[in-house]
Amino acid sequence: MNDSSLSLAQPHGLGLSSKIGLGLVGVGLLLITAAWFGANLPAANILLATALLSLTAGTVIHARGLYLHLPAGIKNNGVWMRSISSKGAIAWLIGIVLTGFYVLLYWYPEYLGLGTKGAASSGLVGFFDPLSKLLNGNPASQWFVYGTLYTVAILAMGYKFILKYRHNRYQVVRTISVMFFQTGFAFLIPELLERLNSGKPYFDKDFKNMWPLNYDFFFDWHIGNMLKGGGFGLFMLVFGIAMIFLISPILTYFYGKRWYCSWVCGCGGLAETAGDPFRHLSDKSMNAWKIERWLIHSVLVFVTLMTVAVIYSYLAQNTGKVLVSKEAFAWGSAAFFLLGGALVFAFRKRFEGLKDQTAWLIGGVAVIIGGILLINTFSDAKQILFVNSYDLRKVYGFLIGAAFSGVVGVGFYPLMGSRVWCRFGCPMAAILGLQQKFFSRFRITTNGGQCISCGNCSTYCEMGIDVRSYAQRGQNVVRASCVGCGICAAVCPRGVLKLENSAVDLSTRTAETKAIHIGKEGVSLV
Amino acid sequence: MHIVILGNGISGITAARFIRKLSDHQVTVISSETDHFFSRTALMYIYMGHMRFKDTQPYEPWFWKKNRIELKRARVERLDAAAKTLHLQGGETLSYDKLLLATGSKSNKFGWPGQDLKGVSGLYHYQDLENMEAYSPGLKRAVIVGGGLIGIEMAEMFHSRHIPVTFLVREKNYWDAILPPEESRMVSRHIRENGIDLRLSTELKEIIDDGKGRACAVMTSSGERIECGYVGLTAGVSPNIDFLKDSGLETNRGILVDEYLQTNLPDVFAAGDCVELRQPQPGRRAIEAVWYTGRMMGETAAYNMVYDSTAVNPALPAGRRHPYNPGIWFNSAKFLDIEYQVYGDIRGNAPEDHVSIYWEHPEGRKSVRIVYDKNTSAVIGFNLMGVRYRHEVCEKWLREKTPVESVLQNLALANFDPEFYKTYENEIIGIYTRQSGSNLTSKKRGRLEEVIGFLKS
Repeated sequence: MNDSSLSLAQPHGLGLSSKIGLGLVGVGLLLITAAWFGANLPAANILLATALLSLTAGTVIHARGLYLHLPAGIKNNGVWMRSISSKGAIAWLIGIVLTGFYVLLYWYPEYLGLGTKGAASSGLVGFFDPLSKLLNGNPASQWFVYGTLYTVAILAMGYKFILKYRHNRYQVVRTISVMFFQTGFAFLIPELLERLNSGKPYFDKDFKNMWPLNYDFFFDWHIGNMLKGGGFGLFMLVFGIAMIFLISPILTYFYGKRWYCSWVCGCGGLAETAGDPFRHLSDKSMNAWKIERWLIHSVLVFVTLMTVAVIYSYLAQNTGKVLVSKEAFAWGSAAFFLLGGALVFAFRKRFEGLKDQTAWLIGGVAVIIGGILLINTFSDAKQILFVNSYDLRKVYGFLIGAAFSGVVGVGFYPLMGSRVWCRFGCPMAAILGLQQKFFSRFRITTNGGQCISCGNCSTYCEMGIDVRSYAQRGQNVVRASCVGCGICAAVCPRGVLKLENSAVDLSTRTAETKAIHIGKEGVSLV
Repeated sequence: MHIVILGNGISGITAARFIRKLSDHQVTVISSETDHFFSRTALMYIYMGHMRFKDTQPYEPWFWKKNRIELKRARVERLDAAAKTLHLQGGETLSYDKLLLATGSKSNKFGWPGQDLKGVSGLYHYQDLENMEAYSPGLKRAVIVGGGLIGIEMAEMFHSRHIPVTFLVREKNYWDAILPPEESRMVSRHIRENGIDLRLSTELKEIIDDGKGRACAVMTSSGERIECGYVGLTAGVSPNIDFLKDSGLETNRGILVDEYLQTNLPDVFAAGDCVELRQPQPGRRAIEAVWYTGRMMGETAAYNMVYDSTAVNPALPAGRRHPYNPGIWFNSAKFLDIEYQVYGDIRGNAPEDHVSIYWEHPEGRKSVRIVYDKNTSAVIGFNLMGVRYRHEVCEKWLREKTPVESVLQNLALANFDPEFYKTYENEIIGIYTRQSGSNLTSKKRGRLEEVIGFLKS
């Protein structure tokens, strides 16, 4: 190969098929926008199918053109140079559009075309009626529109992600998993179950959606509807409780919180697929970590107290009708948290990771118990701590349920990275994180002395973990926030990181510095 | 006591960190290159857009203040060892009680005509990166000279920016003095698969001036003229010690040090790329300019500066001085998309008593080589391409001179590839079985508890 003209195998810019793919995505977006703004479109069902297919097929064609002509491997060239992935003008544009969409979705759905006062929907929501009727028999709601677009985004961008990481089987299998759980468990199965249970009051039918991510699970109307929902409703109630207290702790013990956060969860699914081009934008500073710990655990305390208050006021309003009295519930739940705190205290010396964290855990438990006791002392059927319990849940729903998880969580993808909600706000991630840090076989092991401190692992950690700080001193990464996406191990140019599970060193897996060179016994390499 | 460290690379900074861990001495780190420590091996990723410069800095700016490590941006012009003083550019002086020289390397230039033209540079310092950046806009072609680890990095860098690259390699195959023939051919293939114009058995003869002092073409040993706007000189590095020549310091190619990394001058130590060991360990070179040895030397130097025989505090245990012991050789790199790891003694030209078990994936981008001694059957080295092996496991086998059959039966313990990856232990054992006639089976699955158990045994 002596002809030097042969050496330009990586031509500039996008190839033709990649451009055609983007064009198709544009067609899909155009159809949706036209429908939104009330264009009187003929054959709406065919156009809806065309729009959704264009979005999906366009992304697929674009991704194939982008990756398949290159050898398999890490594809991060130019990430910090392109406007879209380096907080440039395009990133701001996408951020503003996404944020605006979420504001309309949560608070002004009538502008998306949702019919008010019983009128039929028009615009964007009306455009999705044919698909909604096909699946669940009812006209579309703004949530159906959102769920459909969300699923299309995970499927199409998931395919792109699989091509990007096609050399890495962990990434391929994991991405197939989030695509499967979104399409089946979050989208199709609940819609079909809705159809089969039509006529019964609404309750959540997403098996993987558990409290406290699904914060209204214990709301009085939701429990009431499940109880009125026949055998299936009762099953969902029991299964939901089992998920929180039994299934999720066991799975987290075996595999870390990744089994949920980067394999199953819908928020995680979107972050790992559509959010992947923005994963490097997470803040890695020590300050960000401090804010993260305060914020996410405050949300956890908030959601716990709110839930206790809601159940308490439900019991207060139904004295005599339910087996448990409000006092018994308050004392029972206080005892539950006391037992948890006592267990942590008893085992604090057995686990390296607990050593300097005990005070924090005990403090958190104390706040919750104190809160419960205050509720029990100063509340009646209507007023919880001088606040109406309905107002309390409204505040949570507005601040955390909508503003944080939706508007900030996804709207700010191009500016703050794809896991803002998961890292700073999600109470589910907080619980699984505590379990992962203190009682899980999972860790990311580091490979002896091979780290070159380059920083790729930290840069591409969507959770903002400074992975390098562990890797370069040969310490396992055991962090509450780690969702186990495995990208740090993929981008490492020296093969230093591996996601692993084992129980044999559960209590010492966070021990410092396995790769020290000069130790107490003299020089020992690795 | 005031300890001054000259150089803020991996050796100097590792030394500073460990001095702080071991003592309360005043520590000053001087660099003329950058304000803060960064990972030199990550320079390529900045150019390729994977990271920003700040992402290559392992410690945030507050770290230095918190650990009372003073950083000084200055260029040292002269060392006056008798007065224990450094003379800085601009006339300022800085006195020390102990000095660590960790000045790193500079790119080799072998007297090629035109080697000092504009648009000609190596890749070692941050300024080299700025230089590459400055010449990149509108660049029609880059020529890289020298088939080592930095050469292929530079080729990948330009390639990532869609700038055509011609890569001149003197050897018959890429890096074949270090890599065994099969691996060397694999990398050569992979370079071409990526569309880089690799010229094997080709040397640089001359770099041609465009009349304005900038490189415009090179002439090769085969008489070909290749037009280019940039020439990367990557034929190795050598210790960066020119400014120390008249200081009374004993130097050869590098700064000569004993096993405690002490130079001939009182209270002056040296670590990292700039060091030449007076007595390297058997099988090791006197100058080893790699990240890992630099880090180990920095740590060793810290101990020996704090616990030196003439320690200020005689109550400190003398036994905490440590001779430099780099242990069993290891290294790693990434050749475009192919990761490389090596443990132990792997040579491009193996002696007759080194027997190889070599497995290569049919697609030709992964391979495992296990080398053992023909006479004792003790394992000697591991060479991995596109497959990750555990450092600690390989190191234990090598240290204990484990018989190759035992290594093969337990090979799964070494695998460090991500979950769900295909494993190749059985294929590798199969190759040995065919080679030797003995019948082996894999005994381990490679679960982490097995690995931990093995490392404790």
